[in-house]
Amino acid sequence: MIPAPFEYYRPREMAAVLALLAEHGDEARVMAGGHSLIPMMKLRMAEVPHLIDLQDVEGLSGITVSGGEIRLGAMVTQAEIIDSKELAQAAPILREAALQIADPQVRAMGTVGGNVANGDPGNDMPGLMQCLGARFTLVGPEGEREVAARDFYEAAYMTERDDDEVLTAVAFAVPEGGYAYEKQKRKIGDYATAAAAVQIRREGASCAAASIAMTNLSDTPVWSEAAAEALVGTELGPEAIEAAVTAMLAEIDPSEDNRGPVEFKRHAAVVILRRAIARAWSRA
Amino acid sequence: MKDDVESREDRTAGLKGLGCARRRVEDLRFTQGKGNYVDDIKLPGMLHGDFVRSPYAHARIKSIDASAALALDGVVAVLTAEDLAPLGLHWMPTLAGDKQMVLADGKVLFQGQEVAFVVARDRYVAADAVELVEVEYEDLPVITDPFESLKSDVVLREDLEPGADGAHGPRKHHNHIFTWEVGDKETTEQVLEEAEVVAEEMVYYHRTHPCPLETCGAVASMDKVNGKLTIYGTFQAPHAVRTVVSLLSGIEEHNIRVISPDIGGGFGNKVGVYPGYVCSVVASIVTGKPVKWVEDRMENLMSTAFARDYWMQGKIAATREGKITGLWCHTTADHGGFDACADPTKFPAGFMNICTGSYDIPVAYLAVDGVYTNKAPGGVSYRCSFRVTEAIYFIERMIEVLAIKLNVDAAELRRINFIRKDQFPYQSALGWEYDSGDYHTAWDKALAAVDYKGLREEQAQRVEDFKAGKTRKLMGVGLTFFTEIVGAGPVKNCDILGLGMFDSCEIRIHPTGSAIARLGTISQGQGHATTFAQILASEIGLPADSITIEEGDTDTAPYGLGTYGSRSTPVAGAATAMAGRKIRAKAQMIAAYLLEVHDDDVEFDIDRFVVKGAPERFKTMKEIAFAAYNQAIPGIEPGLEAVSYYDPPNMTYPFGAYVCVMDIDVDTGVPEIRRFYALDDCGTRINPMIIEGQVHGGLTEALAVALGQEIAYDDLGNVKTGTLMDFFLPTAWETPNYETDHTVTPSPHHPIGAKGVGESPHVGGVPCFSNAVNDAFRAFGLTHTQMPHDHWRIWKTANRLGLHG
Ligand SMILES: Cc1cc2nc3c(=O)[nH]c(=O)nc-3n(C[C@H](O)[C@H](O)[C@H](O)COP(=O)(O)OP(=O)(O)OC[C@H]3O[C@@H](n4cnc5c(N)ncnc54)[C@H](O)[C@@H]3O)c2cc1C
Repeated sequence: MIPAPFEYYRPREMAAVLALLAEHGDEARVMAGGHSLIPMMKLRMAEVPHLIDLQDVEGLSGITVSGGEIRLGAMVTQAEIIDSKELAQAAPILREAALQIADPQVRAMGTVGGNVANGDPGNDMPGLMQCLGARFTLVGPEGEREVAARDFYEAAYMTERDDDEVLTAVAFAVPEGGYAYEKQKRKIGDYATAAAAVQIRREGASCAAASIAMTNLSDTPVWSEAAAEALVGTELGPEAIEAAVTAMLAEIDPSEDNRGPVEFKRHAAVVILRRAIARAWSRA
Repeated sequence: MKDDVESREDRTAGLKGLGCARRRVEDLRFTQGKGNYVDDIKLPGMLHGDFVRSPYAHARIKSIDASAALALDGVVAVLTAEDLAPLGLHWMPTLAGDKQMVLADGKVLFQGQEVAFVVARDRYVAADAVELVEVEYEDLPVITDPFESLKSDVVLREDLEPGADGAHGPRKHHNHIFTWEVGDKETTEQVLEEAEVVAEEMVYYHRTHPCPLETCGAVASMDKVNGKLTIYGTFQAPHAVRTVVSLLSGIEEHNIRVISPDIGGGFGNKVGVYPGYVCSVVASIVTGKPVKWVEDRMENLMSTAFARDYWMQGKIAATREGKITGLWCHTTADHGGFDACADPTKFPAGFMNICTGSYDIPVAYLAVDGVYTNKAPGGVSYRCSFRVTEAIYFIERMIEVLAIKLNVDAAELRRINFIRKDQFPYQSALGWEYDSGDYHTAWDKALAAVDYKGLREEQAQRVEDFKAGKTRKLMGVGLTFFTEIVGAGPVKNCDILGLGMFDSCEIRIHPTGSAIARLGTISQGQGHATTFAQILASEIGLPADSITIEEGDTDTAPYGLGTYGSRSTPVAGAATAMAGRKIRAKAQMIAAYLLEVHDDDVEFDIDRFVVKGAPERFKTMKEIAFAAYNQAIPGIEPGLEAVSYYDPPNMTYPFGAYVCVMDIDVDTGVPEIRRFYALDDCGTRINPMIIEGQVHGGLTEALAVALGQEIAYDDLGNVKTGTLMDFFLPTAWETPNYETDHTVTPSPHHPIGAKGVGESPHVGGVPCFSNAVNDAFRAFGLTHTQMPHDHWRIWKTANRLGLHG
């Protein structure tokens, strides 16, 4: 559990980060909380000759809620999300999800930016951000651009972000209606066997809008537009829920691991989604 | 004098002796990060070792090229089997009478096996150099299933002479290690044939690992000037290690000093001798510098001693009324690539023959076949006495299976088969003499405490509700009554590598009335420094706070066989009491002299000797201690010291009654423990707080094993659970609330009646959690499902029973 040798940098400005990335190309990587990256380096599954720590870089922190928009700096930790009163008000699904990530020690270090940039299908925030329709701000040599969370993930550890870009912020509209983040895991500190992020807006007796994303059930998060659509316009009776679940099942593609075989995961996905929908609806 | 006015209660309390919930004296340093573990030891000029390990489970080694590694700045040496061969150290004997490669000699037999040992300036260079050693492998067919292994043409151990006997008699096949038989086969089989009812089951106790928080490691330091070798290491048996090192290396035993410093948990994992220890010693001899080797978590899980991996085929015979008439068991034991079990020599399957449990079973038969496979060696007693966990899991599952077959209540079935109080000492059908017990009292107390009848009513209602679609959760009531066999053991039948399993204590009383006692055992978290001082306090009348307990340094401590199998209190604790009594005997003579009366005219009273019938005339132990050093007493040598080597006349037999109430979500397979009640009878209770801590820890490790902790392999012999992401180590989060309770049935042969408790909760806990899972599905036709009961396996059981619609 000793990583290969590496150079360590701790710049204060984004320009310096970008310069290091430009200089060392794919030999360099940024590090946020380090709680995904360092284990990989220690296992020697990731070799990073030039490690650029983002801790001291200005402009990457802070949670702001204004004008119906929420913005999280990339370096906002999961612990900060849990502690933020503003966020608990504006987007309680974030707190509910963050509390189910890892353990308190890891959450004190792990960041939103690292979690969504990592590209590990096990991470909880990518699916959550897809559910919320978030946008990621990327800064690179060519300047700044925004990519929708729903377009960001290509395959396991493969994202829209270029190697020389840094993710600086995550932004999304203040979500409306009921919410739920439901996750089955084997123990604290475990990635999901199956997890579902659900937001539902209710008008009168029926569902006006919905968004559903599933985690760790494919090599990317699965935002299931069809599942959400199956709910919209209904009163969430058994048939609508059945239709949503069927739509979701058509889009996930779990693989077997120590959490269980595929058939179990598909079943767990159904149970978890049903529970998430029920809870979100009860809060809508 | 102050002593005059102190009441007897106050004087007793001041000693903090037996029965006192004295705070652990160790915790001050542990909770402040001031412990001193092997990895904290830094010697001048110390080098660091690291292993090149096999990625293959079975392969021939074509070549090893260390040139690139040796070229790396800071690398001092790369040792291979070829380098160790001239010293005869490329293989080493195991505790089970087999031998094991220290470094791969031509082939590897399990993934993670040690292939080469890199020695470098620091830990980091060593790790980099490991990557640079090029090993060419030719993969061989892999066998991970012991039943396959016994049928396979593939010879795993080419080093063993075909057809020759093993350490425990004839070998039936080239991958077979031994057959061990106990009991009366013929009569048992006849009873089974004629029985009114026979229940059968294959009970698999999966492979798992003790996984102590601190991994294994050593620092070896050979002083070439004075010829002394010092080894600091994570050793549960430091004295035995010294003897083994001496026998292996040829260095005289007085020139070897073995030190076990603070140990961060052992649970059996630190009993054996590992290649890392041998390699650090050799590397220190070769380089003339101290060499440290500390493995990482993955290495610990992959290559050091595993536990269990027993396939137990069982048959239990009974009358229609439920009286058990016979028990039959055939076990196929997967030992991995080498037989490195840590059992007393005459017991190749440990005390598996305690598998008749707490029941009066007139006739029984047990056979165990040990088998080689391409898995890591080990087979240690993970928080249990030798294979007792396997035995108790087996019988406690068989009782449940029988209850289902008879369609009776499992609590009642146990009750009618318990060994009765008046039957002790009880001779079991498989050869043990149970020293004492009162099972019915404990059982009734436990069932009353949890309102057993009420639980069954609630459970029946739950089944109705489930069938009516009102709930998706089932309720399980797990029962266990266990009897342990601990405190190995009588030298007449217990030895390890020929070393009798006695233990020892040496006491020195200082002139001012404080003391140091040294023991042959070594604490790994059990709190010996706290509890052994309490035993002594009550024996010699000096406060526990004035007594230092020291263990683990072979230059200073008396010889003993170490700490595992709950043997410290039964054996070294007994030695402590006996040594204390020697002190007291001498103190009595000194007191009589000082009080100018005959020896027989004084008697011991808490912390002093008093003149019989004249309690105002006394000498405190403190005064006596001083007199021992400053007065010339005719016929008595100066000083106040004693040593005792205790050879126990029998094992001790702690027991307990456990009940677990569990709710199971049949859709997700998630179990939730609603209640866990644990009644333990460990005889005399030395420190109730420490007992409670031990029970909590043992139960939590039981929960881990029952609900998910395993070492799993794929078909190619790759370890699938090599990190704590997949290897389940519960935290406070997963740990339920435990209710503890007790009865007290002192051991009749132990000097203070104590029996040992550190492992009971594990032995009883595993079947209790497992029985709860099984019981939840009993109403739906389940007889038995194998551990570990992780989510997907529970889900699968529900699925198989058609509970998912
Ligand atoms: C025991 C344990 C349990 C865990 N359980 C969970 C869990 O249940 N759910 C879960 O979601 N996560 C879990 N994690 C992961 C944890 O939440 C991580 O902290 C998180 O995934 C990554 O955040 P980080 O800040 O640590 O990123 P790092 O580890 O620093 O980086 C991760 C990757 O993202 C890249 N990166 C980081 N920041 C940026 C940026 N601003 N721009 C571009 N690239 C960037 C890095 O180069 C690296 O490749 C667990 C971790 C551990 C150790």
